[in-house]
Amino acid sequence: MNIALTHLQRLEAESIHIFREVAAAFAKPVMLYSVGKDSSVLMHLAMKAFYPAKPPFPFLHVDTTWKFREMIAFRDQMAQKLGFDLLVHVNEDGVRDNINPFDHGSNTHTHVMKTVALRQALDKYGFDAAFGGARRDEEKSRAKERIFSFRNAQHVWDPKNQRPEMWKIFNTRIATGESIRVFPLSNWTELDIWQYILQDDIPIVPLYFAKERPVVERDGMLILKDDDRMELRPGEMVENRLVRFRTLGCYPLTGAIESDADTLEAIVGEMLTARTSERQGRLIDRDEAGSMEKKKREGYF
Amino acid sequence: MRHITAESLAPTDGIRDYLAVQEQKSLLRFLTCGSVDDGKSTLIGRLLSDTKQIFEDQLSALERDSRKHGTTGDDVDFALLVDGLEAEREQGITIDVAYRFFATPKRKFIVADTPGHEQYTRNMATGASTADLAIVLIDARQGVLRQTRRHSIIASLLGIRQIVLAVNKIDLVGFDKAVFERIVEDYRQFSHKLGFETIVPIPMSARYGDNVSSRSAQTEWYSGPTLIEHLETVSVDEAVVELPFRFPVQYVNRPNLDFRGFAGTIASGSVSPGDEVVVAKSGKSAHVRRIVSHGGDLSQAVAGQAITLVLDDEVEVSRGNMLVSPAARPQVADQFAANIVWFDEHALLPGRSYILRTETDQTSATVTDLKYRVNVNDFAHEAAKSLEMNEVGICNISTRAPIAFDTFAENRTTGAFILIDRITNATVGAGMILHSLRRAENIHWQSLDVGKNGRADLKNQRPAVFWFTGLSGSGKSTIANLFEKKLFATGRHTYILDGDNVRHGLNRDLGFTDADRVENIRRVAEVARLMADAGLIVIVSFISPFSAERRMARELMASGEFVEVFVDTPFEECARRDPKGLYARALNGEIKNFTGVDSPYEAPENPEIHLKTLGKSAEEMVEALELWLNERDIAENQYDSGGGI
Repeated sequence: MNIALTHLQRLEAESIHIFREVAAAFAKPVMLYSVGKDSSVLMHLAMKAFYPAKPPFPFLHVDTTWKFREMIAFRDQMAQKLGFDLLVHVNEDGVRDNINPFDHGSNTHTHVMKTVALRQALDKYGFDAAFGGARRDEEKSRAKERIFSFRNAQHVWDPKNQRPEMWKIFNTRIATGESIRVFPLSNWTELDIWQYILQDDIPIVPLYFAKERPVVERDGMLILKDDDRMELRPGEMVENRLVRFRTLGCYPLTGAIESDADTLEAIVGEMLTARTSERQGRLIDRDEAGSMEKKKREGYF
Repeated sequence: MRHITAESLAPTDGIRDYLAVQEQKSLLRFLTCGSVDDGKSTLIGRLLSDTKQIFEDQLSALERDSRKHGTTGDDVDFALLVDGLEAEREQGITIDVAYRFFATPKRKFIVADTPGHEQYTRNMATGASTADLAIVLIDARQGVLRQTRRHSIIASLLGIRQIVLAVNKIDLVGFDKAVFERIVEDYRQFSHKLGFETIVPIPMSARYGDNVSSRSAQTEWYSGPTLIEHLETVSVDEAVVELPFRFPVQYVNRPNLDFRGFAGTIASGSVSPGDEVVVAKSGKSAHVRRIVSHGGDLSQAVAGQAITLVLDDEVEVSRGNMLVSPAARPQVADQFAANIVWFDEHALLPGRSYILRTETDQTSATVTDLKYRVNVNDFAHEAAKSLEMNEVGICNISTRAPIAFDTFAENRTTGAFILIDRITNATVGAGMILHSLRRAENIHWQSLDVGKNGRADLKNQRPAVFWFTGLSGSGKSTIANLFEKKLFATGRHTYILDGDNVRHGLNRDLGFTDADRVENIRRVAEVARLMADAGLIVIVSFISPFSAERRMARELMASGEFVEVFVDTPFEECARRDPKGLYARALNGEIKNFTGVDSPYEAPENPEIHLKTLGKSAEEMVEALELWLNERDIAENQYDSGGGI
């Protein structure tokens, strides 16, 4: 009998196991849906884990109001197609104060519209476990995080004092107000994600595929001018270039790369020969040394 | 994976072919361990670098960090690649395990880089628990150290059978063959009892890459494999599929009345539709009707797959139970012996109640007997009353409800558990089951015809356990005594268990250490339970300083029967009253482990009755207790008469 599971089968089984463990052990779980490729894989795995039932938890999108328009359209289309319960949360205080990446910089914008917004949403609904799509190969402090990652009642992560995590026996016990962030994709690499998208034909936002798009060169990055809120600085101009995105976030903070990869195979081919890591296109990681760890301690995913 | 070039890939078809090859690769999970400064993180940095896993932007960030925090002079400090936490980079040490990923043309790897400091041993154990192989690093200048031994023992306990002995920094001893051979001999001497199947020693310099991915010109005397060669070819045990079928039920999937599926991950063996399976705890059997999956039903599923089973019979199965092969069943018992690795700064105390968690089951458990502690230097079995952080011991464990298990030697998945502190919810220990205890098999509950309700009805009362807790001299005994007199006068059947009195008899063998205090309370709680079962109103008057034990007592009693009474008198007042002259002596240092002086008192957070004694008489206190009891009985009578029959 052919019994050896492939690498992807092992990863898939591990993720499904994690999903079910949370559904069985927590009163009010939620899945953080960021609309990116990792979220697409996460959603696909959640559908598999509970088949023929639907996932027994809602999906939450923290909308910074600066996401690419194509992401929002894709999000609503997926919610309708798969029939899951979609919650959208916006930090209305931030909207009132007109917090935005152009005037306030990536740090303040991300903190107010993402980190604080996420904490607001978790408190508002009283979620005790939240799934996220983070992978350990993305960044150094993520490589250190447990699959079941404890947060105190203030949503704070204490990286120096993590619970031991033995075998597949997860400690799911928390006191009132505390919560767990759960990362079913911890052991997946970027290549695994693409390979799985290809194998299972998982829908992703079209922004990942190369296309002529109106971009502006700014601070060494190619920024897509997604709407009129982006004002040109002196000397800047909008050019149509053949570009695509390796990661997705707020459009003013996410750099495009020049590429003609317009199929999944071509994307994987490009990735295999890439000379920079995927987070390189993200402004928020470069603000200061150890910036991801700092954001995570404050409650960022 | 990334050492292929664009030119070597034809578009599209080439990628599909490439991915098909990737798909067939096997996966090896390993960890690096050993003492601090033996170069574990440097080795991983070297492996990532040699297998082209480091991107240009990461390399430039690394060069920048090396100048700021590095410990290697002008060279790139690879350790900074894996020491991802700020505190780690600042202190130049590894605190927690980091997981890294790389691949060669032959295999994919997940490596856990674990900390060498003794205080972070639990993070090393975390990394080891999912590993198939351990690389034990040794600094060639230092030889086998205490942490080398401790990590080797933990790796062995956690079931790792493949060891690579990386004798690192061989450049710093002039690539000396004699040094290498002496260290290897030392290690073999020490580890021959640990049950490793293979120990592959390799002389290496992680910093300069000698014998990591390429053979060193400096060690011509060495004819074995390079590290990468060995990792690519070492055989990983896949025999778990050949073991008997074990399916811990994780989640019951019941979207509607027509579908009832049991979801879980197969721990061992395989299953097909039509197979007979047995429910481990009840012995009931059924046949598998379907193996449901998102992409259509499966004709077979094997160990490691996360599946959903539908059975042909409506048997009772819930989370925590196991579906198993009828021919080879697991053990079901509530007493067993296990190896324990302790993680918490608060020591393991025999008699204290912890939460025991297996992959899907959970119950409360106590260590009934700490048989011995293992000395990590010479494996000597040492008598011990408690297990401190990072210590290893063999214990007898008793659980409140039976669990289904195999021995850890037979099955790494169904033979393992963790222990969780009931108050802090911290993961305080890991356990590997050795064997069930015969006495569990031979002692059965004798079913009796006269029941608790009958005994209580005859006395025309409802049983209750009033558990008085408070400092010495707080007034517990005085209030308890008066309370019993009042109850007695109204025709109730009562008994007082008094701390001092019980220590003259049942508990005369116990002292005042934390471990003995825990056992003291456990015995009294069990006695109180028997008395409540006899229909009595029991008044327990014990300092009972630890909330964990009071909670254990609460959980022993029927719901609503346990009444925690906090006799709340401030320390200064108790010391002033000092009815037995004990505070004066304790404050003079003449009595050790005195509660409130040099032993802690954990005040109840939500007692049923909170008696603040300052300025109040004992009579007033007792009135509050009587009121509570009367209200409960009235409430229960209403409930009873409203409930029919």
